[in-house]
Amino acid sequence: MNVVVCVKQIPDPAAPPSLDPGTNNLIRAGKLILDDSDAYGVEMALQLVDKAGEGEVTLVSMTPNGETSGLRTALAMGAAKAILISDDSLAGTDALGTAKVLAAAIKRAEPDLILAATESTDGYTGTTPVQIAEILGLPSVTFAKKVEIDGGSLKVERQTEAGYDEVESPLPALVTVTAGVVEPRYPSFKGIMAAKSKPVETLTIADLGIDAGQVGATGARQEITDVSASEERASGEIVVDEGDAHERVIQFLEQLKVL
Amino acid sequence: MSIDKIWVLAEVADGKPITASLELISHAKSLAGTVEAVAYGEETAAIAGTLGEYGATTVHDVGDLGGSLPGAPVAGAIAAAIVAGNGPDAILFPATYDGRDIAGRLSAKIDRPVLTNVVGLVAGDGGLSTQHAIFGGAQIATARFVGDGPGLFVIRAKSFPAETSGGGPAEVVAAAATESGPTNGAKIVASHVEERTGPKLDEASVVVSGGRGLGEKENYALIEELASLLQGAAGASRAIVDAGWVPYSHQVGQTGKTVKPTVYMACGISGATQHLVGMKNSKNIVAINKDQDAPIFSVADLGIVGDVHKVLPKLIEALKARG
Repeated sequence: MNVVVCVKQIPDPAAPPSLDPGTNNLIRAGKLILDDSDAYGVEMALQLVDKAGEGEVTLVSMTPNGETSGLRTALAMGAAKAILISDDSLAGTDALGTAKVLAAAIKRAEPDLILAATESTDGYTGTTPVQIAEILGLPSVTFAKKVEIDGGSLKVERQTEAGYDEVESPLPALVTVTAGVVEPRYPSFKGIMAAKSKPVETLTIADLGIDAGQVGATGARQEITDVSASEERASGEIVVDEGDAHERVIQFLEQLKVL
Repeated sequence: MSIDKIWVLAEVADGKPITASLELISHAKSLAGTVEAVAYGEETAAIAGTLGEYGATTVHDVGDLGGSLPGAPVAGAIAAAIVAGNGPDAILFPATYDGRDIAGRLSAKIDRPVLTNVVGLVAGDGGLSTQHAIFGGAQIATARFVGDGPGLFVIRAKSFPAETSGGGPAEVVAAAATESGPTNGAKIVASHVEERTGPKLDEASVVVSGGRGLGEKENYALIEELASLLQGAAGASRAIVDAGWVPYSHQVGQTGKTVKPTVYMACGISGATQHLVGMKNSKNIVAINKDQDAPIFSVADLGIVGDVHKVLPKLIEALKARG
């Protein structure tokens, strides 16, 4: 049971984000961290491999700048190794270009299962995993809230508007997992130390046989033409609770004829 | 590129087109001369009347999917039409679970990128421009496609009003799914409907949401009780969904649902940009939070600086007393 988890290293969401005024790309300078959303996929992969009793978890990620600190976090959780596609020409790549690069790298790992988050925290396009599945010619099940492997087949509970569907699929397949689906483990001290020496294979897009014209800002077939401040909502009345603030809430609801 | 023809993915729930699809059909009518729908499932003929009323003249019917997840077969049918030269200039998808899957599959199939999280779509010289709320809605980015081929847009619910324009029923034409091989391997074997009391989260006129400030999972019962007393729906911030307190279906925000109720009550929610983008267009916002510097107060019409553990039980008692 070999599982690939797509992980993204993103700027710390707690720090205020900003755009490069020249390119309108998100500024990704400074330390990158493992996207919280990806910790669920990593944990799910570790549990599935554990249960299968054989195999390993491989991380696949791309970045323009060789950054590995986010990958080390996932390696410290227990992933065996990582493939990092790092290439200067990747800056400004759109979601489809990202999917092409990741798909080429995933193929090398020959996984039985590919896991990803439903969307990243920074870009939240939410289409890259399905684009990867299409490029690799694989079935996909998105928005999984429960994942099991039974023999050679995959059983997923998939979130729907009304509840959930039970979905079955042959392997190999791609699954996106919703946050909260499992509880990600904290890396142990031993795990953190071990992660330092785990293999991270660094590839360029040329290693993957991808032409530089297909990725980066040159390959992107969408552009941001303008960024402007949106209309601010005026803030209203502030009441400090002294034991009777609920009465003001009721009065407010009455004014709106909700009560 | 001039925009003559737009297709809209018409999803069906409970035998009716979903509101998010009707919003897109009705807005597409203001952008293009011809608006057509793409639908799948067994009920296409039954919805042709409604689709026509909102502005679609034709509905391309992919038909029953035989239990397959819609992503691969529906994208296959649309791609086949495009390859045959019958495709539109733009395709609009509602930002639903299946809408995103179909758009992603189609994007890779026809090698065209997709713009997602769209909240505005306007026609200009050179085609359609999209608007995206970024950084929690503090800024609006405008984007467009370059190069040839149809534009694929995944659009957030409630970005446009759904308005009827009095058209007759849309003509149903078959759009057969092509053989999609292993990509079509995922099958639905059973569907479960979760018990829901009260209105749907994205349709409720009152939404009461809870966040990390509730302290522990058990306290979410306060949110559910208050929502029920106000005939509203219970929502949640991403923080408590990630923590596993409530299912993802309750999540309001960038990665969850967009809501625009008459009243939104944010209880113990600090107001991270992730959350604000999903609720800041609510007509009225009440926030209860003990931290007076919480960003949620910047969008609140009524802000209560107080402890949710004290304010909510009193509010619930008072509402119960009114009967």
